[in-house]
Amino acid sequence: MTREEIVNNGEDMMIDDPKPKIENDFNVHYLRIYYGNLFPYTDIHKWLSYGHDGKHPGCDEYYFGRREFSFTLENDVYLRYKSFKNASVMEDAIKSNFPYKIDIGAVYSVDPDKRHAYAHSGTNLFTPVERELVFDIDITDYDDVRYCCSGADVCSKCWPLMTVAIKVIDTSLREDFGFKHILWVFSGRRGVHCWVCDAKARRLTNEQRSAVAEYFRVYKGNENNAKKVDLMGHSLHPFLARSYVDFLKNFFEGELQANQSLFSSEEKYEKILGMITDEDIQADLRGKWENSARSSLSEEATSRLRWEQLKKTLQSKKNKALSLRTCVEEIVFTFTYPRIDLEVSKQMNHLLKAPFCVHPKTGRVCVPIDPNNCDEFDPLAVPTLSQLIEEINSGGLRMDVDDDDSDRSLLGKSIKFFRSSFLEPLLKSCKEEIESSYKTKIAKTKDSFSW
Amino acid sequence: MEVIRSQKRTVSNDVVSTPTLPLYLTAPPMEVRLEEFELFAIDRLRVLKGVSDGLARGRNPNEMDDLVETLWKEHMRLSDVSEMINKDIISHFVLRLVYCRSDELKKWFLSMETALFRHRFRLKKIEEQRAIVGEFGLPYKAVIGTELESLKEKLGLVARSLGQISSDALEIISSSPLSYLAVKLKPFLTESFFSFLSFAVENIYYKVPFEEVPDLVAGRRVLLQKGYAFVAGSQASHLVSLVVTQFRSHLSKALILTNRKWTTTIREREKDRLTPIVEALSTSYLGPDYSQSSEYADISLKDIDQVSKSSFPLCMRHLFEKLREDHHLKHGGRMQLGLFLKGVGLKLDDALAFWREEFTKKVGSERFDKEYAYAIRHNYGKEGKRTDYTPYACSKIITSAPGAGDHHGCPYRHFSEDNLKAALSRMGLSSRGMEDVMDKVRNKHYQLACTLTFEAIYGTSCDTGINHPNQYFEESQKILKSKTPAAPV
Repeated sequence: MTREEIVNNGEDMMIDDPKPKIENDFNVHYLRIYYGNLFPYTDIHKWLSYGHDGKHPGCDEYYFGRREFSFTLENDVYLRYKSFKNASVMEDAIKSNFPYKIDIGAVYSVDPDKRHAYAHSGTNLFTPVERELVFDIDITDYDDVRYCCSGADVCSKCWPLMTVAIKVIDTSLREDFGFKHILWVFSGRRGVHCWVCDAKARRLTNEQRSAVAEYFRVYKGNENNAKKVDLMGHSLHPFLARSYVDFLKNFFEGELQANQSLFSSEEKYEKILGMITDEDIQADLRGKWENSARSSLSEEATSRLRWEQLKKTLQSKKNKALSLRTCVEEIVFTFTYPRIDLEVSKQMNHLLKAPFCVHPKTGRVCVPIDPNNCDEFDPLAVPTLSQLIEEINSGGLRMDVDDDDSDRSLLGKSIKFFRSSFLEPLLKSCKEEIESSYKTKIAKTKDSFSW
Repeated sequence: MEVIRSQKRTVSNDVVSTPTLPLYLTAPPMEVRLEEFELFAIDRLRVLKGVSDGLARGRNPNEMDDLVETLWKEHMRLSDVSEMINKDIISHFVLRLVYCRSDELKKWFLSMETALFRHRFRLKKIEEQRAIVGEFGLPYKAVIGTELESLKEKLGLVARSLGQISSDALEIISSSPLSYLAVKLKPFLTESFFSFLSFAVENIYYKVPFEEVPDLVAGRRVLLQKGYAFVAGSQASHLVSLVVTQFRSHLSKALILTNRKWTTTIREREKDRLTPIVEALSTSYLGPDYSQSSEYADISLKDIDQVSKSSFPLCMRHLFEKLREDHHLKHGGRMQLGLFLKGVGLKLDDALAFWREEFTKKVGSERFDKEYAYAIRHNYGKEGKRTDYTPYACSKIITSAPGAGDHHGCPYRHFSEDNLKAALSRMGLSSRGMEDVMDKVRNKHYQLACTLTFEAIYGTSCDTGINHPNQYFEESQKILKSKTPAAPV
């Protein structure tokens, strides 16, 4: 609590700041305008209330109030276990703290803000009870398979790796696990977040979350092992087979080859040869490629040609060991299969950055991504704080996103997508669930009179 | 289940064709002698504690199979099969009563019984496993007809991805005449006969919500479609997963009902008979009681300071140091340390002298004789009801609730992290050893934390684990004495 006061004092000092220059993508002054005018409080509140809006007798009016939020403030001051009774309390807290980052945690058994009151009862009343199933995919984990950027940088040549990850995971979450309410969000800089919001997903235990995460695990990152993907067995599991056939193979041979020319230099192809367990085949291919080093073909064409040679060689040795037959698939998986940070998904109480936050390094808003049109998503075209502020300045003070022309404003489009594609169907099914569980409850109380 | 106080043995011999792995679906109508009520429960508790220890030590499933087999043989096996089954069932239902009484107890019991069941099931032959599954009457829909037909290819892929079955074999199974018959006759058969028939052809696939078979999902061992896992009745690992899930959910519900019965009727009705037994069982300690000091435990006053540093577990060392420092301990501390000292062989006279020496510095000898000496003689069975009291075991110390001014209890549980770390480093733990210990503490494995401390200090493994401060003392003395050369130089 004392921390908050300190921060509030800081707020007063900001007033004297000179008018910031427009070129900067991110600064506190802009952030305050953003939180004051653009951040979609009502939508976030509606989402995280999951239909518990107090209108139905079966509602749990304290549901939203038991959700943990945490704020990262300027100078890395970190406030955990904040909770808000309703949308306006949340709005006030955000407007007075203007956090650099807002994280969303679990819904707890009791109000997180009052957890200390329960701490000494000994029975551990303060436990997480619900939480979206979340996934976090980060482009930095792909550094060994992209040659355009490294670290936190991302460009149009490596972003498609994220796109294919979204396709693979989104399809499996829907087709295999039967989830319907899935929100994909740009993390603001170098990756994507996924929120699975179906009631069933929110109630998964840690053990069940781990199971889902492990279902997606293929990549076993290890610097000391050239072969990072091991697809054992005589055939691919249907999930992997579908991912391979529908997404990964074409992506590898098409877009990825075009962007990264995976075989164009010795350094690049040696990495791939290392994944072939048969030394004769390795030597054979290496010989061919060393000789063709000075051909007149373009990098991309050379790369494609070599891939065809590799495939032909491996697949012609039909009678050889099983491990060679899966080798082509293994190479494709190594380069293209989603590399999820699985630990984030396994624990109910793991925090994840809220949608519509602004990334302090890039100034870009964490906007939702439409998984059905994720090919069109361009991380470098996501509106930045300064663009949004400029838009406000030039358009006067008309910032209400409910306006008819919200489509035309930079953020309006994203908010509209969030509402129509995610929020509305979600709330519809939440209300149905509340209604039906209310009915069962009524029926049960009637029954209980009999015994 | 009726509990009787009779010496005459009326326990029925008419246990009818129960399989050797009961599902404990209903309490059987049998009479149980009061002694057995407690003894059987204690034996089962030893098994469950062993399972708990094995899991906390991270044993893999195969090692757990072996462990469970050994534990069962050691504590539960009786030569007469039907008597063994009786013991199995009785002990389970008694412990249900014992462990239904709080959420913490319930949770522990549920996971240990489930683990026990899982490994006992794994140890059975496939025929017996099938019989058990049949008895459960799994509440899942079997996949048949066109649905099965449409999934056949993918199910084959899953099987082959696990390297278990060729597509041809699957083809043969699914087109076998018996399966065909089962499907065709379905409208005319009872549900159970249908499932028996289907089962007989090993071809059954169950449609199960994926979250009920997390281990199969994690290993990609099943086909998933729209939230359902297609679980093969013909595969042992699939079967285990299904049955264990059922077992767990059934027991979980049953514990809630038992709790209701316990609080509304049983506790009051049995307050003079079963209730004390039940209430004592959950904190009972199962090793030797150390009421008689053993060969290693025989210390005299002059050694006590040195021995306290070399061989006392942290809880006792702390009490001992506090006593020397403050010349006083509150009641809980006097009991915990006093009985421990009795266990390590401090004679009554020495004990009186020991406590007197400290307490008189604070309260004077007159008050000591009047207020404290009695309690010490009482502990040694020389006063009052003359019971020879036994030293406290870890389970009792861990569950004690030290208040303000108290120093007793288990440091691993009751100390703050900083205090514990400081205390451990005074015991000579390296920072690496310390991290391991703190890790166990954070996961609430206090006895394992103590065991790891022991292992770090003496540099040997302690496979049995620490269950009792006096055991810690004895193990430590054994090691120290074996290291001391026979003739000091």
